[in-house]
Amino acid sequence: MQITQPSRYAEFWSGVRAELPILLGVIPFGMIYGVLARSAGLSTALAIGTSSIIFAGSAQFIVAQLIGSGAPGLVIILTAAMINLRHMLYSASMAPRLKHLSPIWKYVLAYLLTDEAYAVAIAHYTATDPQPEPSPYRHWYYLGAGLALWSTWQISTAAGVILGAQIPKEWSLDFTLALTFIALVIPALKDRAAVAAALSAAVVGVLGNSLPFKLGLMAAALTGIIVGLWVESGAQTTKLKDAP
Amino acid sequence: MPLLLLIIIIGLITFALRAIPIFLIGRGEMPLLMRRALRFVPPAVLSAIVAPELLQPGGVLNVSLGNFRLLAGALAILVAWRTRSVLWTIAVGMGALWFLVWLKSSGILP
Repeated sequence: MQITQPSRYAEFWSGVRAELPILLGVIPFGMIYGVLARSAGLSTALAIGTSSIIFAGSAQFIVAQLIGSGAPGLVIILTAAMINLRHMLYSASMAPRLKHLSPIWKYVLAYLLTDEAYAVAIAHYTATDPQPEPSPYRHWYYLGAGLALWSTWQISTAAGVILGAQIPKEWSLDFTLALTFIALVIPALKDRAAVAAALSAAVVGVLGNSLPFKLGLMAAALTGIIVGLWVESGAQTTKLKDAP
Repeated sequence: MPLLLLIIIIGLITFALRAIPIFLIGRGEMPLLMRRALRFVPPAVLSAIVAPELLQPGGVLNVSLGNFRLLAGALAILVAWRTRSVLWTIAVGMGALWFLVWLKSSGILP
């Protein structure tokens, strides 16, 4: 049987399409950042430039707030680094999939590695892994998702900076982000270990939500990974014991 | 420190955090434990982002029928499990949230 492989462009556009629902939540978030950055005292050019220089939503919010409150530079740098520490986990989880790519691809995809692009891209990698011959162009899917997010982020933050306009809070469009993550995480819960990882991370995420610098999120992620490994090795031992 | 310099330093650090594992791990074989652990990164991180959004809207823990995001989120989890579709999950979740808010604002719900 001949399995037709999707072309680069097909992969790229599927990545763009997969990212579209998330953009609903990203647009108001970007616009609010634009408004906040201007009111914190960043110039128009710098407020817009930050979106491509840093390109990390929650870090940009906090950096703008800290600049506005006159915090010392070193404090702002360390805070931003703490907030973005979770990207190292994403990067490590992507690394095996990008191993064969040229350095330029790695630079570009690393730059595009945000919560929203990672969630969509890793779901695609995980879903297509079991295929006998997964497409050799899956990094184009990641590129499509990443660029869709990048350009939307640039346009919506610029719109916020220039127009100062806001989408009414009553629309609750920020909720689409949580809903997208639900849709991406549920199909990945294929065994007890993955469910245990998700549940334990959820509990620690709620308990640690008030901790500064997204430390609660880091603690939750590490807890989930450790619990997942522990349940998985428990399952393997049981299997061995049951074997005749 | 000039603001532009500050932003550039933060941008470089952010990029380094995103790039270093991709470049270092890409070089050779990864230890088995690490390969096993990485499988749990997506469910752990995504659940840790979602759970507070549902259980602590506005930053306060609220496990009650008055927490509309929790109700809409629970319905969305069900839809995601049955349909595995991002669009259906968002449509039903947002629809449920707007419906509950509308019921409340029109006085049907307390």
